Amino acid sequence: MATVGAVEPGHRGRTMVQEYLPAVVVFITAIALWEAFVFVFKIQFYLLPAPHVIIQTFRGQAPIIIEAGLYTFHEALVGYGVGCGLGVLAAMAASRAPGFADLVLPYAIASASVPIIALAPVAIVWFGIDQGSKIAIVTLMTFFPMFISTLRGLLSVPPQSLELMRSYAASDGQVFLKLRLPASLPYMFNALKVGTTLAMIGAVVSEYFGGRFKSLGVYIVSNASLIRTREAWSGILVACALSLTFYLVVVLVERLVMPWHTSTRKA
Amino acid sequence: MTAPIISVQRVSKTFGRGAGMTHALEDVSLETQPEEFVSIIGPSGCGKSTLLRIVGDLVEPSAGTVAVKGKSPHQARLDRDYGIVFQTPVLYEWRTVLRNVELPLEIMGRPRAEWDGRAEAMLQMVGLKAFQQHYPWQLSGGMQQRVAIARALVFNPSILLMDEPFGALDEMTRERMNLELMNIWSQTSATVLFITHSIPEAVFLSSRVMVMSPRPGRIERTIMIDLPRPRTAQTRLVPRFFELVTAVREGLREDPAVAAGHDFVEEPV
Repeated sequence: MATVGAVEPGHRGRTMVQEYLPAVVVFITAIALWEAFVFVFKIQFYLLPAPHVIIQTFRGQAPIIIEAGLYTFHEALVGYGVGCGLGVLAAMAASRAPGFADLVLPYAIASASVPIIALAPVAIVWFGIDQGSKIAIVTLMTFFPMFISTLRGLLSVPPQSLELMRSYAASDGQVFLKLRLPASLPYMFNALKVGTTLAMIGAVVSEYFGGRFKSLGVYIVSNASLIRTREAWSGILVACALSLTFYLVVVLVERLVMPWHTSTRKA
Repeated sequence: MTAPIISVQRVSKTFGRGAGMTHALEDVSLETQPEEFVSIIGPSGCGKSTLLRIVGDLVEPSAGTVAVKGKSPHQARLDRDYGIVFQTPVLYEWRTVLRNVELPLEIMGRPRAEWDGRAEAMLQMVGLKAFQQHYPWQLSGGMQQRVAIARALVFNPSILLMDEPFGALDEMTRERMNLELMNIWSQTSATVLFITHSIPEAVFLSSRVMVMSPRPGRIERTIMIDLPRPRTAQTRLVPRFFELVTAVREGLREDPAVAAGHDFVEEPV
């Protein structure tokens, strides 16, 4: 164990280019293979349009697709906020009563293997055809992972860290704010990252069962059912772009909030 | 003799019940004087950490009484009399070195204006002022443990409880940490209860070494360490140091359980 030398904080093992170059290369290669596949095997556009055709279609349809995209993203964002917020609050409450936590945790975990999206048609009956039913589904889909992760984080604080607080005669509130909460941030961010994808899936797929025409799900499903696959694919493209952006924003926030964490630091 | 700072009277501790019951401590008594450095040495599993945890109100004794500055350990803990250093540094990874050292001041509601000054002075003392903005993962094990010592002393506790603080370090680092601890301790007025399984470490640091036997843990004998202070690197070279090391080793060996070859590994001198 070295004692004299410490790791320099400014020292980063890899540069930005070295870190992101492989991912960029893989992405471009995949698009090129897709183009080549469609061209070489003369795939009909309604089966699988080439990437450049999808981009072209998107350009022509941009105003309507972007409007639909923002409408759907709004549902995802609101549901995500409510679901994750309630998940954290529920976990905080449950962590105060470990007996209660033991009681509900198996059900919460089981809910992760239940296809909540199957409730989408019922949600329409309950909350109407508009954004309400979609937000409800997204809320439900993001709530349980957030609840489970946060609760695990709050309850998995190392015993010696708690003993240290005990030796200072810290209050329960101080133990929560200065130990349990920061210690569970990595768990919470894991759920927040998973939640971005769940939120977009929840919003788009809920719309497949009906909703406003200028929403991403309805746009994709109505075009696909008319074999207008180029339009459907450009809708899918926007759904992917929104989902990816959402995820990356959360990753960025994670890096700003936890510069100290293993997942963030580069040594 | 002045009133003892820590007084442990006939303390026993058992864990579990029935067939699975273990006697961690049996009928242990000790007293420490103000500004004394007392080490408890014994093989792994002899209950020496349990004794420290009973004094620090982290564990309740099964029998016997403990008084700390004339109070119950519980009251002493509420009065913030204890600075504790564990075997692992137990630093909070989301806090910089400086903010880790400030943690007790925050918890104890000391005025914010004095946090930085006090913490920086402590880091100066343990030789880590240049690293105050680093995160724990950027430091080596020895440096992290020095941060833990700075954190334990930052609020001026009257009692320092150290539970094998250098047990995870290599021999050379440990010797240097021992020297630094002597230097730091000479600048405070804390009474130290120090748990270790290293004979030279116990002799080098202590004014008294108490030898514990395992299962059930009890204090077999006490060896007064009359080496002059301040203790320096030269202290390890004087004949009296070797005599005392031998005396402690004999003390451990005379214990029947150890003599019978029960998992006790001798430390090289």
